[in-house]
Order: sequence, then structure tokens, then C-alpha cells
Amino acid sequence: MTDLYQSQRAMRNKRQAAMQRGVIAVLDVGSSKIACLVLRFDGPDSFRDSDGIGSMAGQSSFRVIGAATTRSRGVRFGEIDAMHETERAIRTAVQAAQKMAGVRVDHVIACFAGAKPRSYGLAGSVDLHDGAVSDNCIARVLSSCDIPDYGENREILHAQPVNFAVDHRSGLGDPRGQAGNALSVDMHMLSVDRAPIENLLYCIKRCDLELAGIASSSYAAGISSLVEDEQELGAACIDLGGGSTGISIFIKKHMIYADTVRMGGDHVTSDISQGLQVPMPTAERIKTFYGGVQATGMDDRDMIDLSSDTGDWEHDRRTVSRAEVIGVMRPRMEEILEEVRVRLDAAGFEHLPSQRIVLTGGASQLPGLDGLASRILGQQVRLGRPLRVQGLPQSVTGPGFASAVGTCLFAAHPQDEWWDFDIPVEGYPARSLKRAVKWFKDNW
Amino acid sequence: MRSLNPLSKKHANSDPAPSRWSYRMERLWLTPSFRKIVRVGMPSFLVVASLGLYFSDAKRQQAITDKYTEIRRSVEERPEFMVKLMAIDGASAGLNSAIREVMPVDLPLSSFDLDLEAMRKQVESLDAVKRVDVRVRAGGLLQINVEERVPAVVWRGSDGLELLDIGGHRVSALQSRAARPDLPLIAGEGANTAVAEALALLETAAPIRDRVIGVVRISERRWDLVLDRAQRIMLPPKQPELALDRVLALNEAQDLLKRDVTHIDIRNPDRPTLRMTSDALASMREMQGIKVNNN
Repeated sequence: MTDLYQSQRAMRNKRQAAMQRGVIAVLDVGSSKIACLVLRFDGPDSFRDSDGIGSMAGQSSFRVIGAATTRSRGVRFGEIDAMHETERAIRTAVQAAQKMAGVRVDHVIACFAGAKPRSYGLAGSVDLHDGAVSDNCIARVLSSCDIPDYGENREILHAQPVNFAVDHRSGLGDPRGQAGNALSVDMHMLSVDRAPIENLLYCIKRCDLELAGIASSSYAAGISSLVEDEQELGAACIDLGGGSTGISIFIKKHMIYADTVRMGGDHVTSDISQGLQVPMPTAERIKTFYGGVQATGMDDRDMIDLSSDTGDWEHDRRTVSRAEVIGVMRPRMEEILEEVRVRLDAAGFEHLPSQRIVLTGGASQLPGLDGLASRILGQQVRLGRPLRVQGLPQSVTGPGFASAVGTCLFAAHPQDEWWDFDIPVEGYPARSLKRAVKWFKDNW
Repeated sequence: MRSLNPLSKKHANSDPAPSRWSYRMERLWLTPSFRKIVRVGMPSFLVVASLGLYFSDAKRQQAITDKYTEIRRSVEERPEFMVKLMAIDGASAGLNSAIREVMPVDLPLSSFDLDLEAMRKQVESLDAVKRVDVRVRAGGLLQINVEERVPAVVWRGSDGLELLDIGGHRVSALQSRAARPDLPLIAGEGANTAVAEALALLETAAPIRDRVIGVVRISERRWDLVLDRAQRIMLPPKQPELALDRVLALNEAQDLLKRDVTHIDIRNPDRPTLRMTSDALASMREMQGIKVNNN
């Protein structure tokens, strides 16, 4: 537990250093594309400190000065599969973004989708010695949470205090200075597999970059595509990516649940490829140009050429109607959304006061998906795009960049994590000093 | 159709990723300090170093300075800048030749080589020159305008006769008093420092001008007016003109100077004293009936 604490703290320090230097890169390692954004920080201003308990990690306004995206290679289900391929793809993206920005970046904040995230809700409580909540009390109550056995070979990615309660007053954002007898906290902890993180770390190190932070891409997508009232009142963000689909549930501006479904847009493409007997690039092209989930009468007459160059005339001159393509795609989309539904039900999403669902990610651009989703997930479904960020090029404002933009926001304005608070001093040194003073007073 | 040339560039699945080294070079190039060194530091260092290396050779330095002076000379010695003649205005013939003698230049000469200030000082060091200005006029003419000192008195000093101007400055030596009979004569140690005073006295003594030989400075403090017949009017150091006026008034009224006195001593204005010749003294005593036993 403490070594994780230390490594996360080290990453926070690096992030602080990067903010001092003013330039940091954000890397979204996805299954279908790798995006790199270069941010320039302008210093802390223009932020209201109203969100959660006051931020300990420092905030800053920023501007995107470089953006590049490249086809991802060697990543499956949001996890690094072929290290050297991925390393090259990262290098391509980073170099192009650096070139656009005109500055060298040394620190990078990465986000990735896979590694089987698992959410835990923790609770802890301590008695207050001096009748008021101090910084030290918060550290104590955080460390008093009973950590569940989250398994061997797992790492904690996020551990965010979601709610504080002093005595019986719950729902406090920032309890510091409040008077009371007992302080209790609810914390959300997200654990992931260790191996994918280590692989990512290795790839980034091979690119001469330093990792200054790491985020789950479902969390990042939630930050960027949920608007403020949705984050406040409760909403789920479904990030339909290439290799996996991220789910994150927000309430009171905190993430309370995250999970991924290991299916995504690439599976739809492979279905088309298998069903229509076409190569993957052609299947991808057909999906993006003619794809849909709702067939109409018009689609029967809309014929698509499946041109290929095998040399067999009959095989190269095949056509398929758009309805057939939709017929291949729809069951897979339904399967993904059903799986999401299962995860949301398991998380208890129906108990939230507001049950808005926001679809984002590259696969959410599929026409008619919102209709299908509202049939499966509930009525309050909308399509989300990432927040507009200063300096973001037009080409990266699409829903496919929700997690990249979210990681920018995470970099500039991180929520307080457990490791942003000091290690509790346990009162021991202070008490021993007091004892020494008392001894002096008694004897002299 | 599938391409018949499997090695064609277009179809080769070329890797867009930069190699590790090109990636590192690119990052190095994007480092601001490195960039500054390469783009500013290195070229300027190269320029400075190569120039330094080139000029460190003494032979080359010599050649460059030689070339420079040669070019300079060739410009300076153009006929437009040459001074060919010297014209001296306002000097008498003797002074003219003296100036030509002391002038340290032999014309023709480039005007860049003329040190006009030094020449002016040189000419001004001549005694007979009161003020001079030297300039180069158009047409290669060195114009020297001289204002001569006007001799006011003849001073018989310890070094013989000298002509002095009204400020007491030496103008020239004089062979004999007869050469300048028009100028009054002054004598005595320190008389040259008070020429104006002497002239004022001589002005006051105008009614007896034909009898005045000159004035003598006594002890660098007061004047004696010397007349012919070995007569002397001894004047006080303060307001000598007033005292002289009194003597002249006495002379007017009683023909004092025609009498047999050798010195009229008015050094103390309250008590004018006469010194008579011994004959006059004797006859005066006789008149007064005083018998003196002077053997």
C-alpha cells in the first residue's frame, strides 16, 4: 500500500514539475488510435475552487498547442499487446505533436482503457481529538479505510474521497475546519491489473518520456463529456472505443463506479469482415460510410460495391445492400449495449436520482445508435462530445477524442486523490515532543 | 488489380514511425537551449574563431595595416587635399620671415598632416605676435592671420634695451635708444610689470614733456621721474599721478624745476621735500644769515 502511495506521489511531483515548466503531453493509448496532445499551462487562474474539497494538487488553465493522432498498433482491448509496435506508434504520435507544438515535452500523462478495472467503495471513520477537522484528520480518516483484498498483481489507479461526514452531517465536500466528534469518509477506489500498467510504463520510458500521471480512460471520458449538472446529479458515460467500452458513473462531481466491457467498434468491423468476406480495411470503410443500426426500406435498395482484387471476377464484383450491413452490425451493437446494461445494473445505477446516459467515443458516431441505446439502456440517452478546450484543433473535437480531452482536464485540474493528502503522522512525534516538554517542565 | 511489382513503394506497408534515433534527434532539436546553441552560439563562435585565427598571424596583421595606411595615404594625397601655399596677413616683413622660419612644415603637404593647433601655438610663441589664427583655405592655401604686438615703451633692463608693448610683454630687443626716439624710456628692475602705470605717469607729465628723459622703477614699488639737468621727481607708490600733478602745479606757480634743485621728494605727500645743489644751499644759508663752518 505504501509503495503505491509513494509511486503515485512521485507521479504527482513530476506533474507539478511539468506544470512549472509549463508543457506536458497527454497520451491516449487506445485500441484503434493513439492520440497525443501537448498542453501549455498558463498558471493558476480562472478556476473556481468549488468542486469537491479544495484541490490539493494545484490547478491551472491550459491551452492545447500540439495535437497528433496515429493509427494504433499492438493494442488490443485497450491493453498493450505488442510492446515495440506500440512504442513506435507512441513515438509517431509524440513526435508529430511535438513538431506541431514546437517544443520538447518530457512529461506525459497517459490514459488507457483496458486492464480490467474494478471499483470498490470504501468507508472509514475516526474520532476527532480536538473537536475540529484538520488536514491531519483527513489523512487519518483516509488511511483508516479498510482496504479490501483487491487481489495479487493489481494496482490502485484512482482512490478518491467522494463524500465526508462529520458526526451525522453527510455530503460534505470539504470538511476542514468543521467541528464535530467523528469524521467518516466514503472513498471510491479503482484497481487495475498491474501488467498492462507496467507495459505502458515501459513503452513510455522507451520513448524517453516520464510518466507524470495515469488515468483510466473511462474516467477521463466521463470528465470531458458529461456536463456539469450531469456530473452533479448522476450520470453514466459510455465510452464506445475501438477495443473496449468504458463505463463510468458520476455523482456529485465524483466518479463512483468504473468498468469496461471488452468489446468495441473493432468487433463490429471484424463482424463485417467475417460476414461479408472482405478484408478489415474495407470492412472499416464500409462501417464508417454505410454503417447504421436501424434499417429502413430505403436501405434494401442501397447497394454497396465490395470491390477487391483477388482476380476472380465473380468475387471482385460482389455487391451487398446496406440493410445487410446493418443486419451484421446491429446484433454486435446490441450485445455491447446489453453488456453495458448488465454492468450498470450491477453497479446499482437505477438507484441514482438522475439516470442520464451519455454515449461518447468513436463508435458512438454510428447513425441511429442513440435510438438503439435508449431502447436498451433507458430513455435518457444522449450523444456526447468532449468539452471544448482552448486551442483544440477541429480535427480532434470529435467524440473519439473524449478520453484524450478528459485526460487534459485531469492533468490541469485533478480531483483530490488519496495520495494528495499527507501521510498521517499518527500523532506520535507531536505527542512525544509534548511529553519531552512536560518532562522539562516537571523537572526544572 | 493487384500490383505486379510487390516492392513498389506505394504498396509497401511503410512504417510511419520515426526510428529511435531520429526521434531522439528531433527531441534534441526541440530543446530550446540546444537550438539556441546551434543556431546562434555555434555560427558566432565559428566566425569569431576563424577571424581570430586569421588575425593571429603577425605577417597578416602587418599586411593589413600596410594596406590600410596605403589606402589612407592615397586618399590624403589627392591634389584636392594638398596645401601648396602659405599666406601671412598682418605681419611686418621681419615678423613674416620669422614666422616662415619657425613654421615646422614644408609645403606642399596634405591638409590631413597639418596640425593647425600646434602651428598656432608655435607662431604664438613668438614675442612679437599677439594673436594668430591659422586655417586652411580653399584652393590649398594655408592662411595665417597675425596680430602684431605694438611696442609702447623702451625698457632699459638688465639685459639691455628691449621694446615692450602696453601690457609689458616683450616685443623685441633694441640695438640703441636712438633707433626708437619716439617711444618713452623706462628703466629699473620690475618696470616691465607696470608699463601702463609708467605710461599714465608720462601722460600726466605732458606739460614738461621736453624735459622728461624717462621713468625709473624703484624697488619694484614706486617711480622716479627723471628729467634733464639731473633732476628727479621722487613719486609715492600710491597715487603717483596726483603727487606729480602737485609738483607740476608748483612748477607752474613758482617755476620750481627751473631752480637749482636736484630732487623733488614727494614720497610722503604730506611733506614734500627739496634737495638742492650745494651752491644753492650755500646761497640760501647766506640769505638767511646762517654761518656754517664747512671746512
